[in-house]
Amino acid sequence: MNALILATDNVNVAQNVAFGIIAAVMIFAALSVVTTKNVVHAALWLVMVLAGVAAQYVLAAAEFVAVSQVLVYIGAVMVLFLFGIMLTRAQIGKETGLNNKQWALGIPVALVLFGLLAWVIVDAFGDDVLPDRGPAPTVMLSDQFLSIYLLPFIAISFVLLAAAIGAIVLARKD
Amino acid sequence: MLAVNFLLLGAALFCIGVYGVIARRNAVMVLMSIELILNAVSLNFVAFALMSGAIDGQVFALYVIAVAAAEVGVGLAMVLMIYRNRKSIALDELSEMKG
Amino acid sequence: MLAAEAAQLSSGWFLENVWLIALIPIVSFALIIAFGKHLPMKGSEIGLASMFASLVLATGTAIQWIQRTNSASGGEESLGMLQAFGRSMPRATEGEVQPFIEPVVHTWVWWSNGPLEFGIGSSASGLSVLLLWLVAFISLLVQVFSLDYVRGDRRYTHFFAAITLFSGGMLVMLMAPNMVQLILGWEIMGLCSFLLIGHWWEEEANSRAALKAFFTVRVGDVGLLVGTAIIFFGANAWAVDNLDSNGFDINAIQAWALSGEANSKFLLWGAIALFIACIGKSGQFPLHTWLPDAMAGPTPVSSLLHSSTMVVAGVFLVAQLYPVFWQAFDIGQGSLTFIAIIGAITIIIAALLAFVQDDIKKVLAYSTVSQLGYMMLGLGTGAWLPAVFHIFTHAFFKCCLFLCAGSVSHSGSHHSFDMKKDMGGLRKKMPITFTAWIISTLALTGIFPFAGFWSKDEIIDNVGNNGYTFLMWVGLGGAVLTAAYMTRATYLTFFGEPRGAAAGEHHGDEHAEEHEMEHISVGAPEPRSLGAAANAHGGDDHDAHDDHHASDGPHESGPLLLIPIVILAFFALFAGLANPTPLASRFGEGIESMKKYVEPRSTPVPFEDVIATGPGESIMLVDGRPAAAPSSEGEEGAKKSGCGFDAPEPGTACFFPSVSHAEPSFNKILLSLGVVAAGYAVAIAFNIAFYGRKNKHLVGLTERSKVMRGGFLFLKNKYYLDALYENVIVRAVAHPIAKGTNWFNQNVLDATVNAAGEGARRTGVWVYDNIDQKIVDGAVDGSGWIAEETGHGLQSTQSGKVSQYGALLFGAAAVGAIVLVLVNVS
Repeated sequence: MNALILATDNVNVAQNVAFGIIAAVMIFAALSVVTTKNVVHAALWLVMVLAGVAAQYVLAAAEFVAVSQVLVYIGAVMVLFLFGIMLTRAQIGKETGLNNKQWALGIPVALVLFGLLAWVIVDAFGDDVLPDRGPAPTVMLSDQFLSIYLLPFIAISFVLLAAAIGAIVLARKD
Repeated sequence: MLAVNFLLLGAALFCIGVYGVIARRNAVMVLMSIELILNAVSLNFVAFALMSGAIDGQVFALYVIAVAAAEVGVGLAMVLMIYRNRKSIALDELSEMKG
Repeated sequence: MLAAEAAQLSSGWFLENVWLIALIPIVSFALIIAFGKHLPMKGSEIGLASMFASLVLATGTAIQWIQRTNSASGGEESLGMLQAFGRSMPRATEGEVQPFIEPVVHTWVWWSNGPLEFGIGSSASGLSVLLLWLVAFISLLVQVFSLDYVRGDRRYTHFFAAITLFSGGMLVMLMAPNMVQLILGWEIMGLCSFLLIGHWWEEEANSRAALKAFFTVRVGDVGLLVGTAIIFFGANAWAVDNLDSNGFDINAIQAWALSGEANSKFLLWGAIALFIACIGKSGQFPLHTWLPDAMAGPTPVSSLLHSSTMVVAGVFLVAQLYPVFWQAFDIGQGSLTFIAIIGAITIIIAALLAFVQDDIKKVLAYSTVSQLGYMMLGLGTGAWLPAVFHIFTHAFFKCCLFLCAGSVSHSGSHHSFDMKKDMGGLRKKMPITFTAWIISTLALTGIFPFAGFWSKDEIIDNVGNNGYTFLMWVGLGGAVLTAAYMTRATYLTFFGEPRGAAAGEHHGDEHAEEHEMEHISVGAPEPRSLGAAANAHGGDDHDAHDDHHASDGPHESGPLLLIPIVILAFFALFAGLANPTPLASRFGEGIESMKKYVEPRSTPVPFEDVIATGPGESIMLVDGRPAAAPSSEGEEGAKKSGCGFDAPEPGTACFFPSVSHAEPSFNKILLSLGVVAAGYAVAIAFNIAFYGRKNKHLVGLTERSKVMRGGFLFLKNKYYLDALYENVIVRAVAHPIAKGTNWFNQNVLDATVNAAGEGARRTGVWVYDNIDQKIVDGAVDGSGWIAEETGHGLQSTQSGKVSQYGALLFGAAAVGAIVLVLVNVS
C-alpha cells in the first residue's frame, strides 16, 4: 500500500522512505500492543509506537511537539503504565485471559472503521501534497499559546491540577 | 510527501486502538489502546498543521498530550482502586452497569 | 412655567460615591475574618468603625439628596407654606409641575457579554438613600448592643464578621442600579442570615432553623431569578432603543413598565415571579414559617434581621420596581391585587399566631410578619408612600423591642426567653428597658403621637381611600390584634408576679423541662436561648456570667445595652414626625418630608434628559425639566390620569406612577385610635383576669371547651403549615415524583422495547386470524418473532461490560458514518 503511494510521489524520496519504514514499524508495534500475551511486552511495544509517532512529528516539521511527545509520553506516561502493571499484577510473564470472550467482535468493527476512514481520506485528500516546510519555530507556538489560546491554556492547567489531585485521592490507601 | 500517508497511518493506529479497546480484558491494556487512539488523533492534527501552514494543529496536538497525561493519571488511579477492591482488573467482571 | 431653564440638579461627592457605603462593610468583613482574632477587641472594632463610616457617608448622602431635590424646585422651598391650606387640592395645581428627580447613578462595567454590559455601582434615589441611612444607623446600634450581649462567645469574631457582611449585603442591594447587583446583594444576605441564625450550630435545633430559613427563602429566590429573566426579555429591546440602556437596569425597567409599550404577559408573569421572591424574603403567607424559627440566632441578629435588613428586602424590591407591579396588577384601577391579598392574609394570621407564643422573641417575630403584611397591603393598594414610611418607622420600634427582649433575657431572666416561666414583674427591676419597651409598644400599636401612628394609620387610611373598604377593615382588625398581643406580652414580661429566673431563682435543671416543652410543641424546633446553648456546649464561656447572676438576680442592663435601646426609643417616639400627613393641613405640605424627598415624582421626562445609566458610563447630570405639563392635570378627576394611567407622550418616559394620597380626616383618625384603644381595653382586662387574678371562667378554657382547644392547638401548631411542608409536600410530593420517575423508568421505558415486540406480535396474530392465514402467515409470525427477539436481544446487550459497549459504540459510529457517506455520495 505504501509502496503504491510512494511510486506516485515525486518529492523528497528520502523523506518518503523514512516515513514508510517508520510507519511499518509503528503499525507492527501497534498490532503487537493489542495482541501480545504479555502485559509488560505490550507496554514496551507501546513505547515503540509512541517513539514512532515522535519521529513522524519530526518528519512533519513539528519539533516541539515531538520533544513533548518524548518527554511526556515515553518519559512520564510509560513509567505510569509500568507502575500500574506492577501494582496490579503480581506475576510478570505470559498469561492467558488477557482478551475478552467477544474479542473477535473487535476485528470486524476495526476493519469496517478502517475501510470507512481510508475511503474518506483517499476521497478527500487523495492528491494533496504536503508542502516542504522547514520546522516551525517554537516561538510561534508560544505566541499562539499566550494569545488566542490563552484561555484553553489556563483551563488545561486546571485540568492537570484536578487530575493530579483526583489521582491522589483515588489511589490513597484510606 | 502526500497528506494521505499521514492520514492513513493515523487511521490505522486509530483502528488498532479501537480493536484493543474492544478485545482487551485487562484494564491497563485498554488504557494503552486508548493511548494509541489519542496518538492517532495527534498525528492527524500535526499533519493538517503542516498542510494548512497554520500552526494551530500543533497547539492542539500539545493539548492532546496534556489531556492524555491527565487521563492516564486518573485512569490508572481508578484501576488501582478497582484492583484494591476486587483483586482483579478484568473489565468483564465489572458489570455493575448491567441494565 | 415649563421650567426649561430650571437650574441643574445639584449633586455632590456623597451622592456620586454612594458605592463606598456598601464597600466599607464588605472590606471590613474580609479584614475581620483575616485579622479579627488578633485585635484587642476581637475584630468588633472594625465592624463598628465600618458601620460608623457607612452611617456618616449615608448621612452626607441624605443631606445632598435633600439639596438636590430642593435645587430641582428652583429654590421654591416656600412651596409648602404657600399651599398651607391648599391641601385638599390635587397636587401640582396652577401649572406647577414638580420635576422628576433623577437618581444619581455611578456604575462601572462588571463584565460584558457581547453588546450586553453588566454594571456594578450605585444608584441614589430617594428610596434607596432613605433605606441606606436606615440600615447603616440600625446596624451601628445593633453592633454596639452586641458588644456586650455576645461578649465571651466562642465565635465572637465570626459573629461580627457575619453581621457586618450582612449589613453590607443589604446596602449592596439597596443601591443596586440593576437587577444583577440586586440579586448579588440579596444572595449575600441570604448566606449571612444562614450563618447568623445558625451561629450556635452545635445545637441541632439551631442548625435546622438556619437550614429552614435558608431553604424557605431559596424557594422564593427561584422567583427572583425567573422574574428577572422574564423582565429582562420583556424590557431589553425597549430599553436599548429608547434609553440606551438594557433590560437589567432598574430605571429602564421602571420606564418600560410605564411606557405603555410593555407586553402585558411579560409584565404579569415577571411581576408574579418577583413577588414570589418577596413572599419568601419578607416572610409573607405562606412562606412566613422561617421567620419565627430564625429566632434561633442571637438576639441582635433577630433585631437586625427583623427591622431594617433581610425581611425589608422583599418590600424594598416591590417598592423599587413599583411601576412593574403597578402595571401588571392594575393597581391604579383599584383592582384587588395579589400583593394586597397576600398582605392582608399575612396581617391577620401572623397576629393570631402571636397570641399563643410563650417565647417573647417569637411574639415579636410574628408581629414583624404582621407588620410586613401592612407594608405589602399598602404597596398592593397603591399606598406607596405610607408603606415605605412604615418600613422607616417600623425599623426603629421593632429593633427597639427586640433589643429590649435581649436586655430582659441578658439581665433579667437568665438567658431565657420564656415569658411564662422566667419573666414577670420586671418593670421595677429594669425601669429603662421597661420604658423603652412601652414606648415601642405604643409605637407598634399606632398610638398618637408615636412613630407607628403616622405610618400605619396612613396605610389604613390610604387603603380605604383607594377603594379597598374591606381591606381597610382587615387593617383595622390587625391593629386591634396588635394591641392585644402586645398587651399580653407586656403583661407577662413586666407585670404580675416574678416567676422563675425573674424571681431570682437559679435554675440549673431547667433544661430538662425545656426539652419537655419542646416535645409538646409540634413542628419546627424551638430556638434555644443563649444560656441553654452556652450550657449545652460546655458553658465555659459563660461561667463568669452565671456567677454574677446567681449573686444578684434580675437587674438593669449595662450602658452598652441601654444606649442603643434609648436611642431607638427616642426615634420610636419621634420618627413619625418625618411625615406627619394629618398635620399637613395645619402646617402645610412642606412638613411631609418623606413625600417631598422620597416619593419619586410621576412627571414624564424626555428621553434625552434621562441619565444614560448604562454601565461604564460616568454620571451625567441633567436638569429634570418636565416634558410638558399634562393637559388634564389640575382638573377634577385628574387623579386617574398621568403616569401609570396613560402612556407617556412619545419621546418621554415615566419612572413612577402617579399614586393618589388620601386626605386625612379627623373622623378616620378617631376611628382607628378608638379601635386600637378598644383592643387595648379588652386585652388589658383579659390579661389581668387571666394571668393576674386567675379567673376561673377563663383559666382552663382551652381544656374545657372543644372549640377553644381546637383553635388553640391550630394556632399552637402554626396552622399546621410546617407539617404541611414537611409531611405533605416533601414526603407526599417529592417522594411520589421520585417513585414515579423510577416506575416510569422501570415500567415504561423498559417495557417499551418489550411492548413493541408484543404489540407487533399481537398485530400479527390479529392479521393472521382475520385476513389471511396462508399468504402472510409466515411473514407475520416472523415479524412478530423478530420484534420480540429484538427486545430480548437488546436486553442482553445491556451487559454492563465496557468492552461490549465500546464495540457497539464504534461499530454503530462506523455504520452510521458509512450510511451518511453513501447517502451524500450518491
